Amino acid sequence: MMGHVPHCRLLGMKLVEAGPCTGTVSLPWQERLVGDPSRGVVFGGVITTLLDHACGLSVMCSLKEAVGIATLDLRIDYLRAAVPGAELFARAECYKSTGSVAFVRGTAWDADPDDPFATSLATFMLGAHTAGHGSLRAAVEREEPEGEQ
Amino acid sequence: MTPMDEVIAQIPYAVFLGVRAECDETGGLLLLPFRDEIVGNVNLPAVHGGVVGAFLELTALLQLMEQGLERVPRPINFNIDFLRSVGPHDTRGRAEIVKHGRRIANVRVLAWQDDPTRPVAAGIGNFLL
Repeated sequence: MMGHVPHCRLLGMKLVEAGPCTGTVSLPWQERLVGDPSRGVVFGGVITTLLDHACGLSVMCSLKEAVGIATLDLRIDYLRAAVPGAELFARAECYKSTGSVAFVRGTAWDADPDDPFATSLATFMLGAHTAGHGSLRAAVEREEPEGEQ
Repeated sequence: MTPMDEVIAQIPYAVFLGVRAECDETGGLLLLPFRDEIVGNVNLPAVHGGVVGAFLELTALLQLMEQGLERVPRPINFNIDFLRSVGPHDTRGRAEIVKHGRRIANVRVLAWQDDPTRPVAAGIGNFLL
């Protein structure tokens, strides 16, 4: 889930814990990810990446069989600035799955899991159960013919 | 260097992503050049959803900073709708400031790849100025 994802390799994102319906990932401090140089605070979108990945991981861990998943929407609340220089963590929980849609909540923190700097809510499409429409993967492939890639 | 390029150069993450300012007949926009390191799904392949979200937020932030603010606006919240698979191509984004208040700004962003009428992602967020 992490090693073969090119963007996770680039960021040095690590898997901390997974399963059964949860996922926790970490991100080492990097100067190049700063969004506000005057305060040395990491860019909000980096936290989006960390939370999105934790959310996807928790959905994968909730599946009874391997199917393609895709983020439908993701909302982030930035509760405070992340501490400059700190390693960042994100943990997500897939708390409901209907068969076609999964609902996920997540938190991100630096020093203390009980003092998060961001929270998130996300929904994911589950590919295998779109009855009558084929799989999500097949739908995406129809939209993106090989000749265009 | 355009004023937008100068703003981009101030933000390490914007330099890290390699975004560039562009202009068309409708106004300024931001380009996210495709490269293999931003892929999140190698099977499709598709750009990592987090990068798409970060790009939307960056487009919104840069649009605000272009107004000549004294400090970098702080995001309060940001909502991303993933509308289509973001394939291995360049992505462009355009932000619209819905409301620029004294303390809070509300900004909407749309991102697309080949066709601006087929957006791949939409974002909206509030920033503390």
